[in-house]
Amino acid sequence: MRRVPVARILVSIFFVALLLTPMVLKRLSARRVSAHAMLDTKAALANHGFYLTEVSHQAGIDFVHQGPKLDSKLASIMPEVASMGASVSVVDFDRDGWPDLYVTNSAEGSRNHLYRNMHDGTFKDVAEQMGVADVNQPGTGVSMGAVWGDYDNDGYEDLYLIKWGRPELFHNDKGHGFTRVSEEAGLPPWINANTAVWFDYDGDGKLDLFVGGYYPEDVDLWHLKSTRMMPDSFEYADNGGRKYLFHNLGNGKFEEVSAKVGIKSRRWALAAAAADLRGTGHPDLFIANDYGVSELYLNDGKRFHEAGEQTGVGFAPKSGMNVAFGDIFNQGRYAVYVSNISEDGVLIQGNNLWVPKEGTSGRNIQFENLARDMGVELGGWSFGAQFGDLNNDGTLDLYLTNGYVSLDRKKSYWYDFTKISGGNSTIIGDAKNWPAMDGRSLSGYQQKHVWLNDGAGKFVDVAQAVGATDTYDGRSVALADLWNRGVLDVIVANQRGPLLLYKNTVAPGEDWIEFQLEGTKSNRSAIGAQVTLSWNGQEQIQEVSGGSGFAAQNDRRLHFGLGKNPRLEKAEIRWPSGEVQTLLNLVPDKLYKIEEPK
Amino acid sequence: MSQLATAMPVPPENGAQWKRILSFDNRFMPPVFITLILLAGNVSFGILESFQKTLLAIGTSILAELILGRIFLHKWPHLASAYITGISVGILIRSPFFWPYALCSLLSITSKYVLRVKGRHIWNPSNFGISAMVFLAAESVATLSIQWGNNLGAMVVIWLLGAAIIWRLRRFHICATYVISFIALAFLRTWITGDPLLSEISPITGPEYQLFIFFMITDPKTTVRSKKWQCVVAFAVAAVEMLLRLDQSVYAPFYALFMVGPTALLIEMWCSPKRIAAAVPVKEVS
Repeated sequence: MRRVPVARILVSIFFVALLLTPMVLKRLSARRVSAHAMLDTKAALANHGFYLTEVSHQAGIDFVHQGPKLDSKLASIMPEVASMGASVSVVDFDRDGWPDLYVTNSAEGSRNHLYRNMHDGTFKDVAEQMGVADVNQPGTGVSMGAVWGDYDNDGYEDLYLIKWGRPELFHNDKGHGFTRVSEEAGLPPWINANTAVWFDYDGDGKLDLFVGGYYPEDVDLWHLKSTRMMPDSFEYADNGGRKYLFHNLGNGKFEEVSAKVGIKSRRWALAAAAADLRGTGHPDLFIANDYGVSELYLNDGKRFHEAGEQTGVGFAPKSGMNVAFGDIFNQGRYAVYVSNISEDGVLIQGNNLWVPKEGTSGRNIQFENLARDMGVELGGWSFGAQFGDLNNDGTLDLYLTNGYVSLDRKKSYWYDFTKISGGNSTIIGDAKNWPAMDGRSLSGYQQKHVWLNDGAGKFVDVAQAVGATDTYDGRSVALADLWNRGVLDVIVANQRGPLLLYKNTVAPGEDWIEFQLEGTKSNRSAIGAQVTLSWNGQEQIQEVSGGSGFAAQNDRRLHFGLGKNPRLEKAEIRWPSGEVQTLLNLVPDKLYKIEEPK
Repeated sequence: MSQLATAMPVPPENGAQWKRILSFDNRFMPPVFITLILLAGNVSFGILESFQKTLLAIGTSILAELILGRIFLHKWPHLASAYITGISVGILIRSPFFWPYALCSLLSITSKYVLRVKGRHIWNPSNFGISAMVFLAAESVATLSIQWGNNLGAMVVIWLLGAAIIWRLRRFHICATYVISFIALAFLRTWITGDPLLSEISPITGPEYQLFIFFMITDPKTTVRSKKWQCVVAFAVAAVEMLLRLDQSVYAPFYALFMVGPTALLIEMWCSPKRIAAAVPVKEVS
């Protein structure tokens, strides 16, 4: 060594440079972020084509979510185990042509809210009057979410209430009120679920209902027999709640058929959504599981075949909390966005953007994760996300909310969380082994992400620049053209936080088109109907959904941004019945109300 | 986590041809063991989201070793050590980016050639690299923690295999001392913090610790020489780790070894300089 002092000096300098590299990269990254940090509406319109303004109070909504308070045996970790329940779903329950909002509350005795759209920029809570407010009574569990679907094809959307507790089905009485029909429908007495999806899995024209259990159904979280009710693994847990598929018999009754059709999982489901991912005419079911791998149930019209591992989406276990579909490349194929956990320096799971591999289709479809390449991988402790064209430029953007438990800003529970979560299953499966949270935060106060699709394979985060500046513990995101203006507004439900309405202002000149579909042979909600819109030599596919994101449901009307001076070619509607309808001579900036040909 | 085998003596010749053929060179044991862990972990639990990243870490590590070995030793170095460093980085580092894998491997290998006292490198290379990365690049890097399931089976298999190999390499006492110390100090921690005892014991049942115990703290190049003091140092690592844990440091074991390992070596060099100088060939870098 002494014979090569120059080399030694050079290598030492190189070594110091290596040590400085992370700091240099951090500084460069911080500079890029700060360039987008201030909301300037003119700049936002010029640079990104839109901005968001939080208007909940002006719109007459001052809702603050109340979290569950579970058995006192869980008191020391209550903020963590009682960390869900805030949700929002969009529905036009009274068929007046204006989207209304249903918002869940999760404390025993708290009230859910049904906000009727008053057509003047405001909403009015009519939940009490309609009979869907007092649904969290002690002994019946509390609300975790809601999905809407017209199960009896009478033209009015009915309500399935997702609960940790007694699941509820409410029949919509022509927009004048709701009747509880849970027992008549044949629902079980108790499910601890966080997700449910309306879809017609067998194409019989009647909506069926999938419900994904989280905690096992024999656990009453308010009266625990044992504290051994936590997941037995942070990556491979299979001691969660069972899954239900309620087949609609058409007489107001449902038959539970999950085992019969091949759905037998006890993973900890947090989010699910259905769409025809392979162009077979049958909706497939995608489930994002906490503490484990995702599951993809391919539907052959009669049975489901779990193909998570085979298709690539169910190999690496993470903490799935969201399922959203979007044709992000305008190629007529859906990508699937699954949210997970990322915390600087502790745990970097990364979110997944599952994109169908070129050349694969049908039963042999394969997905690859492009979240990193496209810039939508790191989103903090991510929860609900939805695709939608926020600036009407013709490509689907992505809104993601996040943040788990925001308590003491200066104290973090992450150390204790990692201490227990990496350990043996016999230790983590028992809540009494978990260290007390003592008011500490766990991935709290996180900045949200609004990723703009540049149409060239990248998403750019513009959340701060366009006004999505809240740092609440976000759970549920829904998109809707709330005031029939041809733009997508964003509604966010926050755990123990306010419901936020982000009103969207889009730069003039960006055109759009919307479709409101109604089935005749198909289910009347038209859930599962696909519209493939062709314009300017490209096509984008969207599907009416019976629930997506995390505990959310977007407006059933499909919204397409078109960009400037679009040349509309056609819209092809593929109804769940198999009927294909082609619309020509379309004009932009118009809502089309389409009924399925009889 | 890199030199376990390279410092061990080759089994003595006894003249028996068949024994030579069947006898497995100790230098290859840790690389084979860690490769098995990697493959088993990935096949059963999918611990690697990207083979490319692991290959990048291994490739960078080997390339750096070749270049620096050539410059400083004027010969091509044995690559078992660099391979273990690379594969350790590939398993333990978690990042959505590629650059941390290359940077961590480079830091680990370069540290062997730069941070030397009396011709001896004093930090375990991968411990240095990983500690530096999680300290300096926390926003981009985490370490393996929960991506290995939480079942007893995986842990038992690793322990059986690891214990057999470490026993053969005559370093099991280091692992045993550390584990006993960790568990004993868990009682003390739970008494201080009031947290459940099992939550304090929980970390050592996770995968990160199996790699730490078998590959990092046993590294002969960066541990003291006498068996007694090796046990003392293993206890000291556990003790410092306890202090760091009381300060809620997520990476307490890495940081503890980062601090205790070199300190123990320096003390040893200071106390018995002649013995150390005689024991360590000046030009050897592994």
